[in-house]
Amino acid sequence: MNRAFFLIPLAAFILLGVYFAVGLTRDPSHIPSALIDKPLPKFDLPPIEGFERGFATSDLEGEVALINIFGSWCVSCIIEHPVLMDIAAREGVLIAGIDWKDKPGDGTRWLERRGNPYSLIGDDADGRTAIDFGVTGAPETFIIDKKGRIRHRFAGPITAQIWARDLKPLVEELRNEKGGADG
Amino acid sequence: MAAELGQFALILALLSALFQGAAPMIGAVRGDRALQASARSAALVQGGLTLFAFACLTYAHAVSDFSLVNVVENSHSAKPFAYKLSGVWGNHEGSMLLWVLILAAYGAALAISRRHSTLTALTLSVQGMIAAAFIAFILLTSNPFARVFPAPADGMDLNPLLQDPGLAIHPPFLYLGYVGFSLTFAFAVAGLIRGDIDAAWARAVRPWALAAWVSLTIGIALGSWWAYYELGWGGFWAWDPVENASFMPWLAGTALLHSIRVVEKREALKVWTVLLAILAFSLSLIGTFLVRSGILTSVHAFAVDPARGVFILAILGAVVGGSLLLFALRAPSLKTSAAFQPVSREGAILLNNVFLVTACATVFIGTFHPLFIDVLTGERISVGAPYFNATFMPFMALMFAFLAPGAALAWKKGRLRASIERLWPMLAAAGAVTIIAAWLSWPKPIAAALGAGLAVWAGGGAILDLLIRIKAFSSPLGASLGRVAGLPRAYLGMTIAHLGLAIVVIGVMGAGVWRTEIVRFMQEGDVISVGGFDARLDSVVREAGPNYAAERAVFSIERGGKALRNLSTERRFYPVRGMQTTEAGIWTMARGDLYLTLGEQTDKAGWAVRAFFNPFAVWMWIGSGLLALGGGVAATDAPRWLRRRAPTVSAGTATQGAA
Repeated sequence: MNRAFFLIPLAAFILLGVYFAVGLTRDPSHIPSALIDKPLPKFDLPPIEGFERGFATSDLEGEVALINIFGSWCVSCIIEHPVLMDIAAREGVLIAGIDWKDKPGDGTRWLERRGNPYSLIGDDADGRTAIDFGVTGAPETFIIDKKGRIRHRFAGPITAQIWARDLKPLVEELRNEKGGADG
Repeated sequence: MAAELGQFALILALLSALFQGAAPMIGAVRGDRALQASARSAALVQGGLTLFAFACLTYAHAVSDFSLVNVVENSHSAKPFAYKLSGVWGNHEGSMLLWVLILAAYGAALAISRRHSTLTALTLSVQGMIAAAFIAFILLTSNPFARVFPAPADGMDLNPLLQDPGLAIHPPFLYLGYVGFSLTFAFAVAGLIRGDIDAAWARAVRPWALAAWVSLTIGIALGSWWAYYELGWGGFWAWDPVENASFMPWLAGTALLHSIRVVEKREALKVWTVLLAILAFSLSLIGTFLVRSGILTSVHAFAVDPARGVFILAILGAVVGGSLLLFALRAPSLKTSAAFQPVSREGAILLNNVFLVTACATVFIGTFHPLFIDVLTGERISVGAPYFNATFMPFMALMFAFLAPGAALAWKKGRLRASIERLWPMLAAAGAVTIIAAWLSWPKPIAAALGAGLAVWAGGGAILDLLIRIKAFSSPLGASLGRVAGLPRAYLGMTIAHLGLAIVVIGVMGAGVWRTEIVRFMQEGDVISVGGFDARLDSVVREAGPNYAAERAVFSIERGGKALRNLSTERRFYPVRGMQTTEAGIWTMARGDLYLTLGEQTDKAGWAVRAFFNPFAVWMWIGSGLLALGGGVAATDAPRWLRRRAPTVSAGTATQGAA
């Protein structure tokens, strides 16, 4: 047999090693979102039942904000809810909510019963906006910088630890960035 | 104090591992027997020190010493005691320490069980190098003994999904398997260095390969069983990257077990066997690497940290790259003495190896393809079950088609036609099963019926071959049973394992393809019907566990109006971690599992309840047990040789090919 034949496994492994090495330079913790560092998708959502104001892309300009995808049908959202209430009350962070695939009135009743952490709420009954965000499940939270770009995506319920450890430092960092259209 | 002692012991273990790696190698070069023999003492010392370090960490977890970061992050004072112990390895640092402990234990076991030889010394040397790399990894990047000041009052609790008996004992078995392949790897490297891969080498390696394979089989089955009853989605295997990480070494290890046998009996397939030994351990390391680095995200990946990934990558590069370089240099000189006939037992084993390795490659590509796409285009995709069903399953089907006649072929030169003629009644039975299953399960995919037919062909063929060998059709029962004892253990083990595998396949077809699933909202008093059973929701009550709050639903099960039994299912909420788990209510019967889970409550409609009927689900666990048992029985062939170092092949193994 040709000696080169015995080099094939080694060559295959070296090729694989290069792939692994490149793969390692990618941060695996905040997964997908091709939207990171991109401007928010354009949307203009109607208000949910009983609210007067909806939620549109233009509402967030110039401020660091969280956009939280929730639904009255979502169990993990119940777990996340008190944490959001706490963040809204104590940290003064603007939290916008997108009520995802809810039946009319369900979202409103859900908020009446548990309290409303959201300054802005839009109704995404058919889930179109969530598709634009690339949402895979509720709850999901996006952090938006002053220029209206998505800077971070977090899938799953935010817990107090995750907020304190990962998200809060990022929000504070973004607040210190220069804002507005000038920067 | 225990933590400092543990860390100190680990540092000493690193020194002894370095000695174990270097001394026998130098001894072999110089021809210094004493230096070579020192490997055995070093292996024992390293084993003792690692065990002591592990005991120290276990003690810290047992007494909830919250001055240790590791305990704070993974324990809670209210956690049940058994999970305080399993919490030792329910996290990255502790699981790495367990990995190293098992590595050292294998080394020590080898040192005790084998008399001195250059092969043993070199094998221990390779083991020592691997151990040194991983102990250094723990000390430098993942120290489980790190302190925190000031110590918090209580801990953050263990991930509740891991607080479960199945998962508590799953990692030790998995690691016994992964790490066991380090020993076959070390044997392969030692054999390459010495340039003599022969029957004696194969006999030395085989029991260790079997031990690793049996442990990995049990570990994978436990993990799958855990996913089945704890994750509450009614499935048992998701082709999750971490599951694949344990499955790939299993496939390579299964191929290795078979090809080692060829080296032992015929001194053929040497190069291939060595490559498989390297491959099995490489895939084990890649499995570790995959889990530790979070390079592929997964629910299992509990340590997402690229810095550790780089360290593991370096170890991986050194171990796999080094061994493959050695392979490229030395393997061409391995000579096969015997002529190789395609139609023979060894030919059938080579075919089995080709199917297994190709199947392993499809799993590998399916697991890493998303990563490749990410590297190349920056896009993230995921590959799901349809891919694996379309690529992996056909190779398995081919393997099953050849399994029974291949195993019935004689060594050296067999007759395929005779082999099939011998087993034709089972071929007829398999055809009948396929047709009946397709008819009963219509309109579910016919492929599953074919799978069941192949399982009958393979498993039934193994049994039929056994019956023919013990002359069950031509002699009295007593005489036939007497012949069972006379059969070689390797043959008995093989038959049990092949039967077990066939039973697993029937379970997989049943629970994977033929299952029925119904989801509906239920109020108390409502009835949900699945698989011919009616489940009435009697009550939902709230209960408090030690570190969780639960909602418990009790169902009464009826069939045709007749009350049979109660079945309860729970949804648990763990406040410390803010996580929920499901405890599915499962009624296990031979023909299938009735499986109920409780979902969320909505005001109007009631509770979301999912009900499954999973035909033959329990067969998967029984079959897995038989697989492991078969491996164990086959391994008992070896100690005879270990005790009496007979110069010739013992009579028991030599008769096997003759029948």
